[in-house]
Amino acid sequence: MTDTYSGILRNGLWKQNVVLVQMLAMCPTMALTSSATNGLGMGLATTAVLAVSNMLVASIRNWVSPDVRIPVFVVLIATLVTLVDMSLNAWLHDLYKVLGLFIALIVVNCAILGRAEAYASKAPVLDSFVDGLAMGLGFTLALTLVGSVREALGSGTLFSNASVLLGSRFVFLELKVIPDYKGFLLMVLPPGGFLVLGFLLAGKRTWESLRTRRRETVKPESQVGSPVGTA
Amino acid sequence: MKFAALRSTVGYQAGLLGVVALVASAALALANHYTAAAIAAAEAADLQASLSQVLPVGFSDNDLLRDTLTLIDAEGAPLTVYRARKGEGVEGVIYQVTGNGYAGPIAIVMGVDRDGRILGVRITKHTETPGLGDKIDSAKSGWALAFSGKSLDPSAPQRWAVKKDGGDFDQFTGATITPRAVVKAVKQGLEFFAAHRSELIDGAKSASNGTPG
Repeated sequence: MTDTYSGILRNGLWKQNVVLVQMLAMCPTMALTSSATNGLGMGLATTAVLAVSNMLVASIRNWVSPDVRIPVFVVLIATLVTLVDMSLNAWLHDLYKVLGLFIALIVVNCAILGRAEAYASKAPVLDSFVDGLAMGLGFTLALTLVGSVREALGSGTLFSNASVLLGSRFVFLELKVIPDYKGFLLMVLPPGGFLVLGFLLAGKRTWESLRTRRRETVKPESQVGSPVGTA
Repeated sequence: MKFAALRSTVGYQAGLLGVVALVASAALALANHYTAAAIAAAEAADLQASLSQVLPVGFSDNDLLRDTLTLIDAEGAPLTVYRARKGEGVEGVIYQVTGNGYAGPIAIVMGVDRDGRILGVRITKHTETPGLGDKIDSAKSGWALAFSGKSLDPSAPQRWAVKKDGGDFDQFTGATITPRAVVKAVKQGLEFFAAHRSELIDGAKSASNGTPG
């Protein structure tokens, strides 16, 4: 593999974004984005596991026969998640009370196995680590985005309880976007997740197609040197 | 190329799976060994915190977690009761009851004093609809505080219901099932207390299996 790190990063954050492009990991995307803080917490926990699991998979990739790679990766990922779960519960119990539910759910996140299969099983250790980090951050970005929209529309706040997750120094993140908001329950309930993600994807597609159209109209103009008529 | 050929033999693959499983189990066993004590301590602290929430400050001076009693409830399931003492006598008891909520079980911790009056009720775990049923949660509203000081009045059993059913307790707009379930569970908790009062309060001195006062 001859990927540059900036290329890997760009892929993870935007071009191959786990949620917005690859459409993987829909379960946590729907279930854990009722608030921006939840999305951020799930995203960060997943990023940590994804980076380490990618690294482990890459480091044993030459010993694993292709025929049995899936069970090996599944056992590896499940073990890793359980280890994280146990150590957080034992030594960072307050954080565990916030993230505990998310950690167990990381096991069923198909993005982890997806990256092990699609990237880490074929790439060097360091590249795989960076890929895991980038994909995880892209996932975090998408989850926080969906969570922010749902929380702002649903309860009129942004990053409520962020200080519980990140520590009391982050209390400034907790905003009240709409004062005296009565709440819009649909956004907090599961259908809100589908709606928000759907509109976000539609927005992304529209923006991209507008951009490519503009590029196509600009190109002939510069080559031919004559103004293009009505589009 | 020789290694590639070896990799595709059944023996190698079986061995690989075995080694992976072995290493994974060993790692988990090791982690469990080193974390078990810390996890147990953290969970005990959580339990202690949720128990002391339903007791007024300064109500008891004993270690609640070490003064327990296990009784059989009305449905035949064992129920662990934590006893709050001041000096020698039992001043109140705390136990958990479960309501059948709209979206699943609701775990409720309730404290009852020796006369059968409720000291406090807290919802510790639930999956009720956010914005509707979750007002039972004391983090969301003060609804659960309405139970404090109430007791079972045999002459007016209909008062242990939500207002819609002719009782004393508020329901929420758009959510009646949740508060109804909590009221019913707490009422059953009081009936449990009434049925076992002598064992819980009076027989406590001899039945104590914890450290003496």
